[in-house]
Amino acid sequence: MAELLKIEELTICPSSAPSRKLVSNVSLSIEPGKTTCVVGESGSGKSLTALSVMGLLSKQLLQTNGRVLFQGQNLADLSAEEMRKIRGRQIGMIFQEPMTSLNPVLTIGFQIGEPLTVHLGLKGDLLKEKVAALLEQVGIPAHRANSYPDELSGGQRQRVMIAMSIACEPLMLIADEPTTALDVTVQAQILSLLDSLKTSMNMGMLLITHDFGVVADVADDVVVMFRGEVVEAGTVVQVLNKPKHPYTKALLACVPDAEGKKPLKPIDYAWLKNEQVPT
Amino acid sequence: MSEFILKARDLNKFYTQRSGRFGFGTTKVKALDNVSLELRHASTLAVVGESGSGKSTLARCLLQLQPLDGGSVFFQGRDLADLPASELRRQRRHLQMIFQDPFASLNPRMKVGEIVEEGLLIHGLGNKDERFEKALKMLKRVGLAEVDMNKYPHEFSGGQRQRIGIARALVLSPKVVVCDEPVSALDVSIQAQILLLLKELQQEMSLSYIFISHDLRVVRHIADEIAVMHQGKIVETGSIQEVYESPKQQYTQNLLKAIPGQKRRAE
Repeated sequence: MAELLKIEELTICPSSAPSRKLVSNVSLSIEPGKTTCVVGESGSGKSLTALSVMGLLSKQLLQTNGRVLFQGQNLADLSAEEMRKIRGRQIGMIFQEPMTSLNPVLTIGFQIGEPLTVHLGLKGDLLKEKVAALLEQVGIPAHRANSYPDELSGGQRQRVMIAMSIACEPLMLIADEPTTALDVTVQAQILSLLDSLKTSMNMGMLLITHDFGVVADVADDVVVMFRGEVVEAGTVVQVLNKPKHPYTKALLACVPDAEGKKPLKPIDYAWLKNEQVPT
Repeated sequence: MSEFILKARDLNKFYTQRSGRFGFGTTKVKALDNVSLELRHASTLAVVGESGSGKSTLARCLLQLQPLDGGSVFFQGRDLADLPASELRRQRRHLQMIFQDPFASLNPRMKVGEIVEEGLLIHGLGNKDERFEKALKMLKRVGLAEVDMNKYPHEFSGGQRQRIGIARALVLSPKVVVCDEPVSALDVSIQAQILLLLKELQQEMSLSYIFISHDLRVVRHIADEIAVMHQGKIVETGSIQEVYESPKQQYTQNLLKAIPGQKRRAE
């Protein structure tokens, strides 16, 4: 089997209004050593899709249809205990806000070491060595292991998040807008770090973003979401250079280019609604 | 191009920060370090830089919303610091600001109509009916309808709220508008709408913009001139074309290199 992760016809509704689909029939797959980018505007269902893979959907939301297969295994069939063993061990996750996803009262060394203790039973000097190696790997000096999150900059905190999520050498990494809160120069560093980790560890990556520049830099495959549905999917070259769906075309037309040559064209949503194009 | 409408000379601003054990010590952080800039009439000057470079401090200092520790700001040739308080208040209608966060910058307990009319009321412009007419006209111009005047900010989306923020600033027919990251909280599609709206309004009302942003792709589209800030200093200034095509400073070159979306093009 080629795919690492396969999402089939995923549908998510609020449990109070099961007819309102927040995510509707979303299918996508991720291969080892490849990056799949999910792009879309806010409210298009990108983050919900990622959260449902990890089984982290809020109780107010209901997955009404579809399956998530990880290495051929349906994640919904697993017990909470088994799911916990996959989460962090085989699938790592990075969240958008490096400021709020770290525990402020624990040292970063402890937080990076925690998954290693929980999943692999590492202790003592062995644990310390591994944490130091991880910090070096993401470009933070190993002696910073005793620092607290507030002593680090935003970019460094995001690096800590990455170190935590790759600590157990997961087969797959889910990154939900990992660079949105960061400055461009830091963003470039983090993206190239993720890219090199993907190659060296042959990791499959699901990257959620709204920035087409980021997509162009790191994606192998692209999935475009609009109002809870996948409107277009394909390789990065196909989607960015020859978009088929009018929404993808319209979205690309609003992205300012670095040369400033292309006129900006906002999306005409009324026109989109009337346009019937098979996806 | 015509004359300069706003000039800043050697602006300095320090913040004192508690430091040391238990915060007993203080250290001074230079937020603005001899910053000078000139804004041409009816043009856009972009101020770019990374977080912490002093861009937003500069915005607030230019409008005298924060006291300066040194330097002066000249608006139409007059030093704002020399003006008596009442005259400064009168001049403020010409110096308006559009904020980054459309969620935090509108009073949730005021109706949209009241928010837009408030500036007119404060500056004593027109009677009740005239104020209403003016506010309505401005709201319609930015793409909202008359029924929206009786709604509260929470009933609107982020893009619409930013339109309200623009209407509030422009209803006074200002001369200089400082836009502090006006589109960075918005989706790309909404961002394009707002950028085009700002450009149209600039031409209609011959506005001069100071456009603060960290997004070099956006700046390329909207600005005529650019000032690059780094650690409280302006490290490079020039026309958009000059700076983007032949940046002189290493720092500017690094910033331009970090714009995402270039890797694929190079291949």
